[in-house]
Amino acid sequence: MADVYLPSTLPPLFPGLPRRIELDAPTVDDAIRQIDERWPGFRDRLVEGGPAIRPHIHFYVDQERAGLGTRLEPRSRVDVIAAISGG
Amino acid sequence: MSQVLLVVGTRKGCFVLESDGDRRDWNVRGPFCEGWPVYHALYDTDSGNIYAAAASEWHGATVWRSLDRGETWTQSSEGLGYADDGDLKMSKVSSLSAAHGRLLAGAEQAGIFESRDDGATWKLLSTLDHPASKDWNDPDKQPPGHLGVSATIPHPDDAERFWAIVQGYSLFETADDGKTWTARNNGLRAEWPREYDDIGFCVHKFVYSPTDMSRMYQQNHCGMHRSDDGGHSWTEITEGLPSDFGFAAAVHPHDKDTFYVVPVDPGHARTMHDGKAAVWRTRDAGSSWRRLHEGLPQSDAYLGVLREGMTNDALDSPGFYFGTSTGQVFASCDEGDSWKEIASYLPAISSVEVAVVD
Repeated sequence: MADVYLPSTLPPLFPGLPRRIELDAPTVDDAIRQIDERWPGFRDRLVEGGPAIRPHIHFYVDQERAGLGTRLEPRSRVDVIAAISGG
Repeated sequence: MSQVLLVVGTRKGCFVLESDGDRRDWNVRGPFCEGWPVYHALYDTDSGNIYAAAASEWHGATVWRSLDRGETWTQSSEGLGYADDGDLKMSKVSSLSAAHGRLLAGAEQAGIFESRDDGATWKLLSTLDHPASKDWNDPDKQPPGHLGVSATIPHPDDAERFWAIVQGYSLFETADDGKTWTARNNGLRAEWPREYDDIGFCVHKFVYSPTDMSRMYQQNHCGMHRSDDGGHSWTEITEGLPSDFGFAAAVHPHDKDTFYVVPVDPGHARTMHDGKAAVWRTRDAGSSWRRLHEGLPQSDAYLGVLREGMTNDALDSPGFYFGTSTGQVFASCDEGDSWKEIASYLPAISSVEVAVVD
């Protein structure tokens, strides 16, 4: 099971969505789609047309910068980080 | 007793200001929408729902909605985007309108989306096909800035007829629900080269008189204009105003010759002139203007008001309202002769819309 850690800005948008989710998925994109199946609209908050990860969102898999196609291992840690921006 | 609701969109969420029909005392609720930047928010009198067009740098564009006058909120962008493999990208939802049982959302890049299920899902209605549409979607051919559909303005009686503004390019009218479009810029002024005869005009705000649909006004990047023939031609009515530039405008609900604007500095500042806040009113369709300032700050007041930042209700003695770039909301219940500050410390205000509800 991979562990997915989400930014604090997402749970308020989707009732019941936790900050940490365990799931089995072969890639980052599959992980996002799995969460989107349970919380429809989730993917659109992280992925834009292209498809591509939104410019101010970064994914890390086991502390390495990742893309939608990055493969996940059974014990991977996925961190979804909202950029330090705004004000 | 009637309740008056002001729905205020700000850089940090949506707020609701409430009063009774006297409009003397106001209660402020919010912020809503998780503090997302809100570009336009409104109350739909048909459904009783509040909608807020928003875009987050992190999480993209969406439309928030509340079915209980702001108590609870959800958001949906299902269908609110262009095809993954297409040329257009959605950066934000700039504007909303509600009429005839549906919502319209104007988007950047330029397109119009509709929802017929109270904002739960959306679908693309039109990309305003025109020989120039390839230009306004081409960053290399755009003037500096962001271009999109900054407003959709429904016709009150005809569901298939409405107007749309493409920033920096044109006011358009459709009579067949967005299948075909006609530019309505005849007589407008532009201070830059234009490639096409019928477009290339920067329309900031467009309103029509509820008492006479042939009477329209617009605040343009280049001057204030009036139309007496339903937008088929325009006459400039800037003379007497402190500048030809501004964003916000409102038309009197019972008198087609009375119209309000907020001229601002056309340069970088885009704030009211000389640090003195004022709304300007004409009662003769633009032949003359009067500066209205009683109750507004008259020193060190550098306030801006954006295109959706001023509105009015349609009560017998109509109320006028505007929200500022520095977070104040001002209201007048005597047709602008005097103003009262009814909110002082909101985030920078993008839009103010009003509804009178039972």
